[in-house]
Amino acid sequence: MSDPELHRSAKPTLAIKGVSKRFSMGDQTVEALRDVSLTINKGEFVCLIGASGCGKSTLLRIVAGFETVTSGTIEMYGTPIAGPGPERGMVFQDYALFPWLTVRQNIGFGPRQRGLPKANLDEIARRYTDMVGLTRFADYYPSQLSGGMKQRVAIARVLANDCEVLLMDEPFGALDALTREKLQQELLEIWERTKVTVIFVTHSVEEAVLLSDRVVVMTAGPGRIEHDGRIPLARPREVSAIDFNQVRREITQRLTSHLTPSVAAAA
Amino acid sequence: MTRTTGRLVDVAKTLLVPVVFVLAWHAAVKLTGTRLIPTPREVGVMLWDFTFGGVYDDAFSKTIFVHFWASVKRVYAGFFLAAAVGVPLGLLIGRVKLIRELVDPTLQLLRPVPVTAWLPLSMIFFGLGPNAAIFLVFLGAFYPIVLNTTFGVRSVDAKLFEAANMLGCNGSSLFRQVVLPAAMPSIFNGLRLGHGFSWILIVVGEMTGVPQGLGAVIMDARMLSRADLVISGMIVIGLAGFFSDRLIVAVNNRLLAWSPQHRV
Repeated sequence: MSDPELHRSAKPTLAIKGVSKRFSMGDQTVEALRDVSLTINKGEFVCLIGASGCGKSTLLRIVAGFETVTSGTIEMYGTPIAGPGPERGMVFQDYALFPWLTVRQNIGFGPRQRGLPKANLDEIARRYTDMVGLTRFADYYPSQLSGGMKQRVAIARVLANDCEVLLMDEPFGALDALTREKLQQELLEIWERTKVTVIFVTHSVEEAVLLSDRVVVMTAGPGRIEHDGRIPLARPREVSAIDFNQVRREITQRLTSHLTPSVAAAA
Repeated sequence: MTRTTGRLVDVAKTLLVPVVFVLAWHAAVKLTGTRLIPTPREVGVMLWDFTFGGVYDDAFSKTIFVHFWASVKRVYAGFFLAAAVGVPLGLLIGRVKLIRELVDPTLQLLRPVPVTAWLPLSMIFFGLGPNAAIFLVFLGAFYPIVLNTTFGVRSVDAKLFEAANMLGCNGSSLFRQVVLPAAMPSIFNGLRLGHGFSWILIVVGEMTGVPQGLGAVIMDARMLSRADLVISGMIVIGLAGFFSDRLIVAVNNRLLAWSPQHRV
């Protein structure tokens, strides 16, 4: 029982319990999240979905350690999250790459902070540059890359730092449809290969159903979890399949059922 | 259009305005018959004598390099001093709230005072000599450098700090690896501006009784009513400032190769 690995694996990867978050804007207080609880296990691919203002990005930023909670607790393997850390890697919608570093240097940024020997660093940077298929562009600067390539670098940058939870904030939202599809496939391959846990924020139902094991539907005003359910579809999934559309319709209904009354009330 | 003719057209476009200007200058001197302003040709002769001698053979013949070098030394002494103080101070003001609160109000109060207004005080502090000129150059270059550096630090995308934090980069390491490179485009903006002011202020600084320097030459020439030498001095300063600026631009383009919109 004293084996730390055993002890660690017994705890869920992420345990979010009764989390509320209020922001004060001027003399107004905005309640972004109210009493949100969510448990995420190792290797799960979870999508957070909801209309804008439902707090899905705030929840992600809390897990990343960029924001603190107003009340509630959030633990990773039983240890409270106290701030940003390499084990939780955020992939931002607008990439947030270091524009003065090349692809290789961006990917090697995290390992470099750990003071690894040069040969080791080069090897890690090379491996993850290869993984996202950017070997030919290793010496390019972000400004010379397309949006899809930039997002590949951002994914490789956190994976190269041994992140265990990949936090993705509408990562493909700024990409064109073709690039988005390609990156979705690549992300699934990487996820299957690395067994990394993924929390993926999106407002596209199709994207959520295509990618995730589990979809968490959130509603706004204040942000809370409306529904948390598994996607009962085998992989690989096909967006034009009948059962895929069925699942998509169910989730869309859950999302919009809460919009309709408020629209009616406003009218 | 072939490449060669294309380049010739470019050169012609660049030269058109200067050539017209020189012709108009010549015509204006001839038409008015003024004796106060020399013709471009006379200035050319003066420049030749200033550089190689053999025409007038007076106190200024063949002295261009001495004066040029004296000014260059002061410009770079003042400029590098300003950069050495201004960049670190700007980084601190931009990043550390306490330092910003302590230093920034004073800076903002002192900034509207024209640097030339410091001339009498600088002569009291440093006496008649090169140090007063260096001090003026320092002051002139300091404000744009420190302000642009501060601005550069303040406008770094907050997401870059978050990204760095999450990758394990904190504290002084964050300063060196994120703040400094992210602010680099603004820092270079400030350096270029400050450098431009350096060449303006060196002339003012050298008008205070130093024997050598391009500003001193212009001042002496004015007292001797030698407009050809005044204009020669102006041309040398203009060229020195221009090539000195190209040097900074070259460093800028090398260090900021990652940012196409900051290449000049």
